Amino acid sequence: MPDGGAPIGDLLVRGKGLSVRHGRRTVLEDVDIQVSRGEIVTLIGPNGSGKTTLVRALLELEKPESGQVDRAAGITVGYTPQQLIVDRTLPLDVRRFLEMSGETDPEILADILSDVGARDVLRQEIRMLSGGEMKRVLLARALLREPDLLVLDEPTANVDIHGQVEFYNLIRRIRDDRQCGILLVSHDLHLVMSATDRVVCLNGHVCCSGLPGDVSTDPAYLELFGDAASAVAVYAHDHDHHHA
Amino acid sequence: MTTITIMPDFVLYALVSGIGVAIVMGATGVFVVWRRMAYFGDTLAHSALLGVAIGFLAGVNVNIGIVGVCLTIAIGMVFLRSQRHLAEDTLLGILAHSSLALGLVSISFVSALRIDLMTYLFGDILSVTPTDIGWVYGGGTIALGMLAWLWKDLIAITVHEDLARTEGVNVLRTQIAFMTLFALVIAMAMKIVGILLVTALLIIPAATARRFSRTPEQMAVFAAIAGSLSVALGLQGSLLWDLPSGPAIVVASALIYVVSIALPIRRAA
Repeated sequence: MPDGGAPIGDLLVRGKGLSVRHGRRTVLEDVDIQVSRGEIVTLIGPNGSGKTTLVRALLELEKPESGQVDRAAGITVGYTPQQLIVDRTLPLDVRRFLEMSGETDPEILADILSDVGARDVLRQEIRMLSGGEMKRVLLARALLREPDLLVLDEPTANVDIHGQVEFYNLIRRIRDDRQCGILLVSHDLHLVMSATDRVVCLNGHVCCSGLPGDVSTDPAYLELFGDAASAVAVYAHDHDHHHA
Repeated sequence: MTTITIMPDFVLYALVSGIGVAIVMGATGVFVVWRRMAYFGDTLAHSALLGVAIGFLAGVNVNIGIVGVCLTIAIGMVFLRSQRHLAEDTLLGILAHSSLALGLVSISFVSALRIDLMTYLFGDILSVTPTDIGWVYGGGTIALGMLAWLWKDLIAITVHEDLARTEGVNVLRTQIAFMTLFALVIAMAMKIVGILLVTALLIIPAATARRFSRTPEQMAVFAAIAGSLSVALGLQGSLLWDLPSGPAIVVASALIYVVSIALPIRRAA
């Protein structure tokens, strides 16, 4: 199956035939991926499958050995890295961190924080935030740029299960409100299946991709994720049913 | 060496140039602390001796030799670091010690020119001339101007390089500009505290400032103040008890740091 769900709206970014090598190790081999306006594309795959590398290549932070990245002209990209560790010697509160996006109006900053569910952290030192608060603040900074394309690298790592559900709802709401395209890297199989338009399953190459329901029954996917996947497929199906 | 009884001029020169250097070093030093570049600073400082030798051998101004060599090493590091063949501290160790040794060897070739090695190794603020003050304030103005220009981008890449890059910061340009600034500051500071103690005046005042600061800018200003205070106190000690001036300034800044951590002030956040 080539590219399951048909792209909705305009194409924002497209990687074609991307191969990336780190030293002698081939991290990505001939990967195709694209994200269009208004859709949530989730990248799943085991550790070391090249998810972050693919994101970095699409953001043009890393040069692929071959292949090509095309970005729609004039679009703004918001990015939340997997983690952000501020050295303890650097005094930096959340407000100042958000201002680095270029937006300094305190009301807008407070609004965006309450939007992402991190209401009372504006005056807090950034390195004192909990894992979940940090993820929300990173998202807030990305949103302040009013991105056309939002790239989130493991936005729910270190977030508890309740927080994860909430986070995926938030991401969906952002997509609905802002009509941006969202590229998500994730480990949370069951949530991915319920909160995504398109799933790309990566293991150095694209194992399978398409609608969550199709991917979750794809043999390549089941082989890659084994028991975890079969447990999740039921859950995902259940959720789809409620939606329909 | 000297006493304070007469010659208010040389005391004034020392104080004025020392404070000028301390302000620039305080403001630059915060980045050395935030970006964990202490060892890198040492490496640049050590390579400065090679710059002195080259300056003498080539018959150009010593300051130009220093800036040239520091800049070469600094920019070389930016590229070597991206190769990742060796751990960074190993790479710095190789550069720091081989350039210091090369500097010492080269200086021995030109010993006929009566280079006073101790002056370069430990500084001699009491022999500062009005011309030196010109260098300090000219170079210092350029350095502070560069720092102001780079400030926003430097903070951005200090917090997260990839995030800064996706938000449009030209990381390589900013790094190279900061290295240039760094080389300039080292050249300026050598005369005051000497090659072996330059890094101290970058780091200790910044460390002192940390506890009292809530923003990056505050920390830079407090570091500049702590550095200036160190110069004033160190100079005083040097004049009163005939201490070597460079080491006295560093001891003063260390004392200020110790006193500051003993102060009962709530740690920021």
